[in-house]
Amino acid sequence: MSFVSQFKAQAQVMAGDLRHRKIIRTALRNYEIVRDVRKASFQDWQGARQLAAETKWQAVNHLDKHLEQFAAKLESRGTKVHWASTAEQAREIVLKIVSDKQAKSVIKSKAMTSEEIHLNDALEHAGLNVVESDLGELIVQLRKEAPYHIVFPSMHLTRDEISELFQRELGSAATNDPEELTMIARRALRKKYLTADIGITGANFAIAETGMISITENEGNARLTAALPKTMISLIGIEKVLPRMEDLALFLPMLATMGTGQQLTCYNTLYSGPRQPGETDGPEEWHVVLLDNHRTELLADAEQRDALHCIRCGACLNVCPIFRNVGGHTYGTTYSGPIGSVITPHLRGLQDWKHLSSASSLCGACTETCPVKIDLHHHLLQNRRNAAEQKPSFGEKTAFKLFAFAANRPALWNFGKKMARIFQPLQGAVQGSALDPAKAWTKTRDLPPLAQESFKDWWRNRK
Amino acid sequence: MGAQRMTVTLFIPCFVDALFPRAGISMVQILERLGHKVAFPEAITCCGQPPFNSGYWDEARTVAAKVLPQLANAEAVVIGSGSCGAMLKVFYPQLFENTPQATLAKQISARTWEFSDFLVSKLGVTDLGAKFPHKVTFHDGCHGLRELGLKKSPRALLGKVSGLELVEMGEAETCCGFGGTFATKFPMISTAMGEVKCASATETSAEYIVSNDSSCLMHIQGLLSRQGSPLKTIHLAEVLNQQ
Repeated sequence: MSFVSQFKAQAQVMAGDLRHRKIIRTALRNYEIVRDVRKASFQDWQGARQLAAETKWQAVNHLDKHLEQFAAKLESRGTKVHWASTAEQAREIVLKIVSDKQAKSVIKSKAMTSEEIHLNDALEHAGLNVVESDLGELIVQLRKEAPYHIVFPSMHLTRDEISELFQRELGSAATNDPEELTMIARRALRKKYLTADIGITGANFAIAETGMISITENEGNARLTAALPKTMISLIGIEKVLPRMEDLALFLPMLATMGTGQQLTCYNTLYSGPRQPGETDGPEEWHVVLLDNHRTELLADAEQRDALHCIRCGACLNVCPIFRNVGGHTYGTTYSGPIGSVITPHLRGLQDWKHLSSASSLCGACTETCPVKIDLHHHLLQNRRNAAEQKPSFGEKTAFKLFAFAANRPALWNFGKKMARIFQPLQGAVQGSALDPAKAWTKTRDLPPLAQESFKDWWRNRK
Repeated sequence: MGAQRMTVTLFIPCFVDALFPRAGISMVQILERLGHKVAFPEAITCCGQPPFNSGYWDEARTVAAKVLPQLANAEAVVIGSGSCGAMLKVFYPQLFENTPQATLAKQISARTWEFSDFLVSKLGVTDLGAKFPHKVTFHDGCHGLRELGLKKSPRALLGKVSGLELVEMGEAETCCGFGGTFATKFPMISTAMGEVKCASATETSAEYIVSNDSSCLMHIQGLLSRQGSPLKTIHLAEVLNQQ
C-alpha cells in the first residue's frame, strides 16, 4: 500500500475513534493550562519568540561556521566527531563503534534522531540488546511501536494499559498508580544501566561556542545513560546548533514551556567531553555523530529553511486539530504533526509524502504557537505548490483548468449556476450514495441549497 | 472617520453569491444605511482560492488576473469572508510576486478589508442599531483570525447589538475543519474536526453560531443539520442587519 493510502486508511479509523479523541483532548487540556501559565511568566513572550527566531536564523544561516567551531571544541577535549551524510552512514558509524567495543548491550535516552535512522532495528539486527531508558520510550519499545509524539511518546495510552503491559513484559503486579508504575520501570532499568556497554543519547542543543551538548529531561535517565557506560554516543541533527552558551538562557525555559509546560525541566545537563585526567566519573570515550540526512537540502531551500529552527518541542502537534484527531501513528513518519508534514517531504521525498501537506485545513494554529516562529502552515501550502509543479495530478490539473476557464467567462459561470440549481434536487435523491457526485461531502454533512435568487440576480433586479 | 462618504466595492465570494446571498445583501444594506455608495463588479466570479490552496498556482493566477483589473480603481474593497479576504490581502501579493501585476496586487491588498474590520477599523462604527434578541456564540474563521488578525472587530460589533447575548465557546480558536478542498480530500478528518467544533458550540446552549465567514458556517451547518441539531448558523452581516 502506498504511503497516502496507508495514511487515509489509518485516518479513517482514528478520526472516528472517540476513545482516542477523548484521551488526547484530556491530556492536552492539562498541557495547555500549564503551558499558558509558563508563557505568562515570560516578561514578553512575543519578544522571546522573536529573539529565539533570530538566534536560530543566525545559527542556521551560518551553519557551516558554527558546526566547524562546535566540532573543533569537542575534539580539543578528546571527543571523537563523526559526520554522517545519510541515515545509512550514521548507522554504520554507530555499528562500527559498537563492534570495536565488542559491546553486547546498549542503553539509550530519548533521541528522535535515532528513530529517524531506525537505529534500534540496526542494533538489534547486529545482535545487541537495546533498552530505552525514557519511561515513555520504554513503554512504546515494549509495545513494539514507534513513539506516538516527539515529546510524549506514550500519551495515547492509559495507566491501565501501561500496567497491563508491565505485567506482561516485566512481570510486575497490577497497579494504575503513576508513581508505582514509574518505580517498576526504574527497577527494571537500574540493572540495565549498570550492565550496558554503550550509552546512546541525542541532544537538545549543540553549543558551538563551547563545544558542549545540552540535554534536557525529567527523569534523570539521560544522565545515567551518559555517565555509567564506558562509551557514550550522541546522535545529533546538524540543525541543533546554537551559537553561544548564553542562548541557553532563552532556549532552555522556552523548550520547557512549550514542550511540557514547565519553567525548566527537572534535569538540564551540559556534556563537554569524555572523562578528563583526574576526573572520577563520566564515559571513557565519547563519540558525537552529526547527522545531515537531507537537512542540507532543506538548508538550500531559502523559502523553507526556517524549518531547521525547530527545537522539537512538540507545541505544533499539541495545537494541531489534525494531529489531535488522527493521532501520531497515522502519519507513518518519525516527526508527526505540522512540523512532520513540513519536513518529511524534504527528508523522505516530496511525491511520497505530499499528502501530509494536503491533509491540513491550513488553520495556522501551528505557526501561531511555534516558539521559534517557523512559518509552518505556509510551508504546507508551498509543498502543495511544489508537488503540483513537479508532478501535477492529471485529474486535479484538468479540473482546475476547467474551473479557471469557467471562472473567467461570467456568462458560462452563471449558466453553470443555473444548471446546478436545476440538478440539485436530483443530487438530493441520491445523497450520500455511490451515485452522489458530492458524496465526499454528503456522507457526513448536508449540502446547503442553492439560493433561488443569487446575490448577482438580486443586484441586477434591484438596479 | 465615519463621516466621510466612500464608494465601497464589494467582493462577493462565489459560494456567497450562489448559496448565501443574504450575507451579501445585508452588507449592501448596512453600508448604504451608513451613507456609502456600494459598487459591485459583476464580472468577478471567484478569487481563485480553490486552485491556489491545492497547489495549482498557474490556474489560480489565471482566475486572479481577471479579478485585479476589476478592483484596480476601487477606493476600498470589502469582503464578507476572512478566507477570501486573506486570499486578496495576503496571498495575491505572493501569487503575483515577480510578475507585471505585482504592484497592482499589492495596491489592491492594501485597500482590501474584511467586512467587520472595515466597519470597526476603517469607518470607526460599532453600533449599527441592530436588534437580535438571541443567545449566540461566535466562530472565528482561521483565515480571518490568523491571516488577518481579526479577533476584536466582530466582537465589538456584536457587543452593540441590542438583546444579543454572546457566549464564547470552549476551544473557540480551533478550526471547524472546513479548509476548502481539504473537506472533500480528507472528509474523515474534516468531519472529526467539525464534530469537535459543533460539540463546543452546543455546550454554550446558544441558539446561533455567528461567524464572519460563510464557508465555515456552511461546514458547521452541514454537520448540525445532519445531526438534527436545533442550533443554527448565521453570518455576522445578517445579524447586524436585523433592525
